[in-house]
Amino acid sequence: MIKDFEYFGPKTLNEALVLLDKYRDDYKIIAGGQSLIILLRQGLLQPENVIDIYGIKELDYIKSDGKKGLKIGALTTHREIEYSELMQGSFKVLSEMEHLLSTPQTRNRGTIGGNISHGDPAGDPAPVLMALGANVKLASITGERILNMEEFSVDYFETAMEHGEMLVEIELPAPPPHTGAAYTKFNIIASDMATVSVASCVTLAADDTCADVRIALGAAAPRPMRAKAAEAILKGKKITDALLKKAGQAASEEAEPVSDISASEEYRRELVKVLTARVTKEAMSRAKAG
Amino acid sequence: MLKELKLTINGQPYELSIHPRTLLVEVLREQLGLTGTKRGCNEGACGACTVVMNGKSVKSCSVLALSANGAEITTVEGLAKGAELHPLQKAFLDYGAYQCGFCTAGMLMSCKGLLNMFPNPTPEQIRDGIDGNICRCTGYNSILRAVEAVSRGDYKETK
Repeated sequence: MIKDFEYFGPKTLNEALVLLDKYRDDYKIIAGGQSLIILLRQGLLQPENVIDIYGIKELDYIKSDGKKGLKIGALTTHREIEYSELMQGSFKVLSEMEHLLSTPQTRNRGTIGGNISHGDPAGDPAPVLMALGANVKLASITGERILNMEEFSVDYFETAMEHGEMLVEIELPAPPPHTGAAYTKFNIIASDMATVSVASCVTLAADDTCADVRIALGAAAPRPMRAKAAEAILKGKKITDALLKKAGQAASEEAEPVSDISASEEYRRELVKVLTARVTKEAMSRAKAG
Repeated sequence: MLKELKLTINGQPYELSIHPRTLLVEVLREQLGLTGTKRGCNEGACGACTVVMNGKSVKSCSVLALSANGAEITTVEGLAKGAELHPLQKAFLDYGAYQCGFCTAGMLMSCKGLLNMFPNPTPEQIRDGIDGNICRCTGYNSILRAVEAVSRGDYKETK
């Protein structure tokens, strides 16, 4: 049974921030609760105070500004992103990613902000957001700060959020022309977490060389991570199958996977190698088509 | 410390006093005796506890009851209108879409959530729609056929 706690259900961001400040020594924030409730039930977390932010309607939105990109409120559900008409062009990968995330019931209830705040390295949204160059906005009673996804992702189930802070918004910059993004994950059961996942975002120059590329790995390290050695191999070059193979090899070497019940370290490295090449190739072909 | 919870279940408003740790499935089964909703894996994996909350399917083992404050919940008990079964229930019977029945309440509520979103789902959408529900008697194909029959309009809903 879950250990009892004090429950607070703020209806505005400001009310929530006041509560976070007041109970900063011992609280957990709950949004959709799709990860947290499992941890509470297993007794892994026993907070004195639970602050339920799901009722804060002002954090449930997707806004598009052609020039500036996309802004997603932290309490937007996976389902809303999955079926949003704003997920066009290279943002379509967000809707594809959400379709692969867990089950309909979980996507109906769970939020994108809750997912990345949970800090599980096998979570689906983080690598995609990282590949798309997303920033996250954190708020506290004293103000706001903006971090990129690499700064935000610190360690196993750990983010850069301080006590008293909460995630309020995800900002995605508008991609340059000829940009394509793709995501895939390997798992045994379709609705499971990733054994390994890879997201890739490629921008092509006028001569079809790789102007920019961001590759992000999930479940391949204690945190979602950029595969920067792989990116360096591709940048400025014409992307060929041979070069993709080299990039996959580099990603496999820079990954820091662990062995666990789902897969051995060696198996995960092999997955990183194969999926990095495959997903980056798909991102490139989308960049050409776009 | 008990907290006040107000919610509507199958059209009936309730006011309860509960411990904050209480899950929605516990309120339904233990406090209200609505035992049609099943408690299976208890960790959000099997879908047996699925209910429809504000029109959408959710797993009631993975929702704090207090965060359902003000919500409209439909459980399997709320599908039939009096003695008249819901089209999905009729189709499940006709197509033999269950064996032991343990997953059935959750399956029905996932299908209800699916039809709320897509009244005429594609075969792929039906498969996706029950992705979060496990049936260990391997009744999936008959469930797909039952939902297809409902979306074809083979069963009329009683108003």
